[in-house]
Amino acid sequence: MNIQFLLNGETVSLEQDAPERMLLPYLREQRGLTGTKEGCNEGDCGACTVIVTTENDVKPLNACILMLGQLNGTAVRTVEGLGAENELHPIQREMVYCHASQCGFCTPGIVMSLVAGQINDLADHDMVLSGNLCRCTGYAPIIKAAERAEKVLPKWLEEDRKKLAKLRLGKPSAIHPQSSDEVAALVYAEPKTRLIAGATDIGLWLTKQFAEIRPFAFLSGAKDLAEIRETPEAYHIGATVSIEHLRRWAEGCSPSLAQMLRRYGSLQVREAATIGGNIANGSPIGDTPPALIAAGARLVLRCADNRREIPLEHFFLEYGKQDLRTGEFVEGILVPKALGELRIYKISKRFDQDISAICGGFNIHIDQRDETGIVRAARIAFGGMAGTPKRALHVEEHLIGKPWSKQSVLDCADVWAQDFEPISDARASATYRQRMAQNLLLRYLADLAGQETHVLGLSL
Amino acid sequence: MSVGQAYPHDTAELHVTGAARYVDDHSLPSQSLHLAFGVSSIASGLIKNMDLSQVYASAGVVAVLSAADLPYANDTSPSVGDEPLLATGEIHYLGQPIFLVIAKSHDAARKAARLAKITYDEQRPILTIDEALSANSRFEEGPRIYEKGDAKSAIENAPLRLEGRLELGGQEHFYLEGQAAFALPGEDGEMLVHSSTQHPSEVQHKVADALGLGMHEVRVEVRRMGGGFGGKESQANALAIACALGAHHTQKPCKMRYDRDDDFIITGKRHGFRIEYSVGFDEQGVISGLHVTHYVRCGWSQDLSLPVADRAMLHADNAYHLKNCKIVSHRLRTHTQSATAFRGFGGPQGVVGIERVMDHVAHQLDLDPLLVRQRNYYSDAQTQGASVQTTPYGMEVADFVLNDMTEALVHSSDYHQRRQKIAQWNAAQNTLKRGIALSPVKFGISFTLTHLNQAGALVHVYQDGTIRMNHGGTEMGQGLFQKVAQVCARSFGVPLSAVKITATDTAKVPNTSATAASSGSDLNGMAVKKACETIRNRMEACLAKEAGVHPSDVRFEDGLVSLGARKLSFAEAVKICYENRVSLSSTGFYKTPEITWDRMKGHGRPFYYFAYGVAISEVVIDLLTGENRLLRADILHDAGQSLNPAIDIGQIEGGYVQGAGWLTTEELVWSDEGRLMTHAPSTYKIPVASDRPDIFNVALWDNQNREETIYRSKAVGEPPFMLGISAFLALGQAAAAAGGHYPDLHAPATHERVFWASERAKHGH
Repeated sequence: MNIQFLLNGETVSLEQDAPERMLLPYLREQRGLTGTKEGCNEGDCGACTVIVTTENDVKPLNACILMLGQLNGTAVRTVEGLGAENELHPIQREMVYCHASQCGFCTPGIVMSLVAGQINDLADHDMVLSGNLCRCTGYAPIIKAAERAEKVLPKWLEEDRKKLAKLRLGKPSAIHPQSSDEVAALVYAEPKTRLIAGATDIGLWLTKQFAEIRPFAFLSGAKDLAEIRETPEAYHIGATVSIEHLRRWAEGCSPSLAQMLRRYGSLQVREAATIGGNIANGSPIGDTPPALIAAGARLVLRCADNRREIPLEHFFLEYGKQDLRTGEFVEGILVPKALGELRIYKISKRFDQDISAICGGFNIHIDQRDETGIVRAARIAFGGMAGTPKRALHVEEHLIGKPWSKQSVLDCADVWAQDFEPISDARASATYRQRMAQNLLLRYLADLAGQETHVLGLSL
Repeated sequence: MSVGQAYPHDTAELHVTGAARYVDDHSLPSQSLHLAFGVSSIASGLIKNMDLSQVYASAGVVAVLSAADLPYANDTSPSVGDEPLLATGEIHYLGQPIFLVIAKSHDAARKAARLAKITYDEQRPILTIDEALSANSRFEEGPRIYEKGDAKSAIENAPLRLEGRLELGGQEHFYLEGQAAFALPGEDGEMLVHSSTQHPSEVQHKVADALGLGMHEVRVEVRRMGGGFGGKESQANALAIACALGAHHTQKPCKMRYDRDDDFIITGKRHGFRIEYSVGFDEQGVISGLHVTHYVRCGWSQDLSLPVADRAMLHADNAYHLKNCKIVSHRLRTHTQSATAFRGFGGPQGVVGIERVMDHVAHQLDLDPLLVRQRNYYSDAQTQGASVQTTPYGMEVADFVLNDMTEALVHSSDYHQRRQKIAQWNAAQNTLKRGIALSPVKFGISFTLTHLNQAGALVHVYQDGTIRMNHGGTEMGQGLFQKVAQVCARSFGVPLSAVKITATDTAKVPNTSATAASSGSDLNGMAVKKACETIRNRMEACLAKEAGVHPSDVRFEDGLVSLGARKLSFAEAVKICYENRVSLSSTGFYKTPEITWDRMKGHGRPFYYFAYGVAISEVVIDLLTGENRLLRADILHDAGQSLNPAIDIGQIEGGYVQGAGWLTTEELVWSDEGRLMTHAPSTYKIPVASDRPDIFNVALWDNQNREETIYRSKAVGEPPFMLGISAFLALGQAAAAAGGHYPDLHAPATHERVFWASERAKHGH
């Protein structure tokens, strides 16, 4: 087992370390690079943010749930490797000038996120910092520093890329398949193989539960799984397309989907997490399934060289159980090109980087030949309302053929209970969830009518 | 002139480069060991049987200690000795440490800690305020009561009356650096402890007790914390004691840091409250009588709950002159984490209570709540004349400035026009509603336990004219070290760079109080100033004699020492003094004057002075979902004659956002079994960048402290936290716009609670 990557410009070749060991303890304990901090050990606070460069991307990632095996062929920068000796990066300089650090513990992570954001030309600093918690400053001076900082491309970026190009990776080991075909062969030969893409979920099994996850394989080498391709009727989204990649892509075809994805995890999480992972883990509160079910997406499952396609909603059988056969893996998802009036609404305690209490996808076709409009087809799906992402089939049926009006929505009030029996938990009560299902449909009505429907849309 | 300048934090450059070292960043000898607690999985009951064989057998485990193995005191309590470090048979909350694993790595210890097989005689836990009340589970024999005038008859005789209730959640500190400590065993039983603590002297004391040592054999050092907020006042004790025990037991360095989930599950949080009120008032909204009852959820141990609950009572008036009032406080014991110190120390809960009353009265009368507030304010100091108004606990309010401050902020924020525009906007909207609200704060400065109001310092001046400064305060991000260094530099008229700030160390300054109660710069600034003055006086005497001038003609400024017409560099002056055998080192000591407090009677002058602030927040809510957002905040805050305006504004902005977080997104949820369900940032949501108000105007009120504090400044750590209450009140205003009924919003005002409140406003239930 050989893993090679650059660490602050220096080539690191690991042969002894367990590939599932996290980068953060490696940096702090083995390399003495203690500028990268542990704040939560689950990818929610950003104190461990590092910058990972590949040939195409510069990503801020949470080192606490980033396995060494994921780093093969990448360049890692920590805060120690950020600037030239005795010279602060403009972000660092402005952070000092603007009084943007108090206790200083979150600060290295914030600096790394802002530097990555600057390299990637991201002007929305709130988005850049969606995965960085600060308990002291109230953020205003940090944002000010980000706005003031002169843009410079750090010298190391080009140097790291050159070195990456020259980095001679040995023959990839078995846990680093290099194509979807190799993944298929691997899973077929050893169906228990756990496929690791972004590790934003599996990472926590290790850091919090000390789970045994072997055998496993890392998908980062299988580049063809990370592509979005076009067919005449649909987009084929590869399983390891990152959520952030998906968000940028969605800006072109579904602004509503893109807006929801803007609130999926944090930037660090979205850069790591993948669409395939979000579906395959079968979580009832993943945000892409309700959106994609409403969109009418179909899942592509592959076993060796055989593929089958199923409607996405059929994949989720019950809580913790998916329609994934032995030797099969999620290869991609087909999203129809015609997305109609797809809208996604997410409710969570905090707008950024929070798991949904409820997330609804709505896609209703209204026949406008009638004056009020008649519902001809409807796809409504929710996360957070059942043990799986689930369609509101009874409500859909009730709506079809009815005028598209507030009255029709209110007439469904009692029908929701036939579709959903939500639970109460730390995120919301069952009663609230039940009411929200209906109210989000009311929002959809107002939204399609062109009304301002969201507090995030209002600014003074 | 270093005092009053907006210097950056003293280690800002170390923060941004990652070079600032926290406890866990120290590199320790390779044979160092790592610790983790094994904790209870039930909230209440007795341990029946404990099988630790698999813990011992787990890879990397060196030793496992349980209560019976502890050589001396088994206690982490800061107050009454009721907190065993390791459970002695009885379980008081889910997450209580039962045994201590000592292993070769952090993860080996954590992993092993989960392998215990423990059986319990489980009992039904007391978790809620109602359960505690019906079981009469409480600290102290009964409720504490403070009274002024005759609240009962004042309420009965008032033209108008109303009653209400407010539920307030607790709050997790979520310091970004979790709790951490390490201990290095020295020769002859000595112990050196590095701890992320706000209270090194207490850690020293508790470690000494745990090892059967005198305090002189234990040294505790604290360079910085990655945030404290009160959460490292008593809660740091357990790890430091555990490390010292481990180091004593193995004679190897031992380190311990809580994984974030453990930190949530094990450590204390802000007290949750229920506040019931009954108020009598007139048509103008002027309150004639108030009866308020605090039900305080204290958790399993006494900890700091009594002074916290006291301070809530002491802030039940906030900015309002109450002629007749009765304040009752029940301190309830529950099988949950020990509620503990948290920025404001009960003050915020007391303040929310009376602000809620103002809001409710205004709603009843259909008046602008601002008007009701202003009508009930204390009079500004200069307008009070001979009859000085007093608080419910008999302290004269002699420095009140909120009338003027409120006028100024109302004007600068355009409150009246905006309120009118919001009403028009709301009338035209079906789904979104906006709300605006003002809240003031008057916060008492001093430890209510009078003897804690003391501080020490140690200052050395070296032959080359450089200065090494030490004091008993700890740095947790609040900028204390820089402020005090500014005081030190000014004392000698030298540039700030001549002053070296050093880690808090119990071997340098003994018997320190916790860095708490916002008192850090008041106490330590003064102690350092006194130390500097002692040295300066000695230098003046020596230099005057040398130069043949009067000592009063010796001046220290701009890095120079003037002896009449002659000017020396500070270093030259120091050299002369050294060669004349002048002691260039001194301690300094300060105690706050004039305070006196009888907590049993609830009478006296517990505070040296008050700090003031006022905030106006504007929010928008969605009636369909309750989703809500802060749009704008305007703040005017009184930091006296600020020692460092940049640092003070940082405290104000950060305090406001933290206070707003407490009352909005930050929700602690326990299961029926007493398991904390919100035990990590994935489920417990503190504000993130996008939660701050889009428009955020913060200014300092130009106001000298009328008391002789350090350069007439005022304490600023806690008071601004309460400015966040305006955000909660604004949400109530927005919810009220949904209909004619009182929305009765409770905290934290999550989207869900705002939704139900707006439903109540619509339907009255």
